Amino acid sequence: MGEFLETYGSLLASGTVDTLVMTCAASFFAYVIGLPLGIWFAVTTPTGLRPNRAINTILGWIINIGRSIPFIILLVAIIPFTRLIVGTSLGVPGAVVPLTVAAAPFVARVVEQSLAEVDSSLIEAAHSFGANNFQIITKVMLRESLPSLVRGVAITFVSLFGYTAMAGTVGAGGLGDIAIRYGYQRYMPDVMLVCIIICVVMVQVFQSAIDWLARHIDKRKH
Amino acid sequence: MIELKHVGKVYQARDERHRALDDVSLTIEDGDIFGIIGASGAGKSTLVRHINLLERPTEGRIIIDDKDVTDYQGKELRELRKNIGMIFQNFSLFQQRTVLQNVTFPLEIRGHAKAENIERAHKLLQLVGLDEMWKRYPSELSGGQQQRVAIARALANNPRYMLCDEATSALDSRTTIQVLDLLKRVNRELGVTMVVITHSLDVAQQICNRIAVIDGGVIVEEGLTQDVFANPQSDVTRELLARGKAEPQSTLDMEKEA
Ligand SMILES: Nc1ncnc2c1ncn2[C@@H]1O[C@H](COP(=O)(O)OP(=O)(O)OP(=O)(O)O)[C@@H](O)[C@H]1O
Ligand SMILES: [Mg+2]
Repeated sequence: MGEFLETYGSLLASGTVDTLVMTCAASFFAYVIGLPLGIWFAVTTPTGLRPNRAINTILGWIINIGRSIPFIILLVAIIPFTRLIVGTSLGVPGAVVPLTVAAAPFVARVVEQSLAEVDSSLIEAAHSFGANNFQIITKVMLRESLPSLVRGVAITFVSLFGYTAMAGTVGAGGLGDIAIRYGYQRYMPDVMLVCIIICVVMVQVFQSAIDWLARHIDKRKH
Repeated sequence: MIELKHVGKVYQARDERHRALDDVSLTIEDGDIFGIIGASGAGKSTLVRHINLLERPTEGRIIIDDKDVTDYQGKELRELRKNIGMIFQNFSLFQQRTVLQNVTFPLEIRGHAKAENIERAHKLLQLVGLDEMWKRYPSELSGGQQQRVAIARALANNPRYMLCDEATSALDSRTTIQVLDLLKRVNRELGVTMVVITHSLDVAQQICNRIAVIDGGVIVEEGLTQDVFANPQSDVTRELLARGKAEPQSTLDMEKEA
C-alpha cells in the first residue's frame, strides 16, 4: 500500500486535480454560454414572455444538434477550433474547449426545462404588478426555479466529469487518461481500481452536496 | 372610474373562433365593490383581465380615469398596472419568497429604496393581520392566510383599483368571511375600488354594492345588488338565484371536501 502510494500517489493526485479543474472550468464556461441561451430559448417559446417562432426554432436546432454529436467525435472534429481558441488541443486547456462546446447546449436545455416549470400564473401575477420582462426573468423565473437550476448544475457536472475521461484519451490528462494508460494499456488493475474509486467518491460527494443545497433553498412543501 | 365601452373579445385558435365577450359596456364608479357573477365559462375572468389589459379587446375601448388605455404599451402600460392591484383564485404567491418578500415584490419592481419597502410591507401585513408571520414561506401558511398575503401584496403600490378573480373560492366558508371582511375594510378605509368576480351569490350579496350578471360573454343584467336580488330582470339571473337558494349554506365546504 505504502509502496503503491509512493509510486503512483503524485500521479493520481495530479490526475484528480486535472479532472476537477477540467470539469469545473468546463461547467463554468458551459453555464456562461448555456444559461443565457436557455433563458433565450425559454422566453421565445410560443407560450413564453416574448414568443418568437424563428429564433426559437433556430435555437432549438442549435441545441439539439449540439447535443446529438457524440462527444468523442466532437472532441476530434473541433481540434482546429480548439487550437484557435487556446493555442493547443492538448492538456487541460485543450480539453476545456470541447467540453464546453459539448456541455453548453446541454446546459441550455436543462435551464430551459427548469424555467418551463415555473407556474405561468406567477408570471401573470408579476405582469399584473407592472413588472417588465427583465424583472420577470430575474425576479420570478430564475428565482422561482432556483432549486431546479441548482439540481441542473449537478447533472451538468456529473456528465462533464464523465466526458473528461474521454478527453483524457486524446491527451487531456486527468483520471481517465491515467486509467487508460496505466490501468488498461499497461494492465495495472490496482491503478484502475483506485481511479474508479476516486471517480465514484467525487461524484457522490458532489451530488450529495448539491442535493442538500437544492433541498435547503427550496421553500416549497417537501 | 373604470369604463368598458362595447368591449368584445374573440379568441382565435387555429381555424376555430370563440367569442368570449360580446358588446360589454360597464361603468365602475370610484368606491364601488362591483360584483361580476355568472356560471363557469361565462367570461368573468376574461372580462376582468381586460381591465388591466392582461387581455386585449378585439373591439371596443377601455377607459380608466377618463383616459383611453386600450392601446397602452410598454412603460405606460406598466405604470397603469401599478395602479390596479390583482388577487387570484390560487393566490399566485411566489413560493421561494417569504411573506415579507412577496409583499415587497411590487415595490421592488418600482425600484424604491429597500428599507422603505420593508417598512411599508410590515404596515400592510399588520393591516391584514399577518405581520408576525413575515418570515414564513407561502407553503407554511393556510389558504386564508395566503390570500391575505396576496391582498397585502396587491395593495403594496397603493392602487386605486383592485381586481379579485374568485378570491375566496378556494377557501372554506369561515375563511371566506374573514377575507371578505378584509376586502370590505380595504374598500372602506383605503378607498380602493374593487371588482370582484364570484360564482357565489352569497359572496356577491355580502360585499358588492353593484353587480353585473354575465352569460355567454354578454352582460344580461346590471344594477344595485339589492335590486338585482329583489327583482331580477333576466332568466339567467332568476335561474342563478333559484339555484343559489336551493343549495345549502355550506356549498363551499362541501366543494372543499369533495
Ligand atoms: N386564451 C383563450 N383561448 C381561447 N379561449 C379562451 C381563452 N381564455 C378563455 N377562453 C374561453 O372563453 C370563455 C370564457 O372564459 P373565462 O375564463 O372568462 O370564464 P369564467 O367565467 O372566468 O369561468 P370560470 O368560472 O370557470 O373561471 C370560455 O369558454 C373559455 O374557454
Ligand atoms: Mg374564471
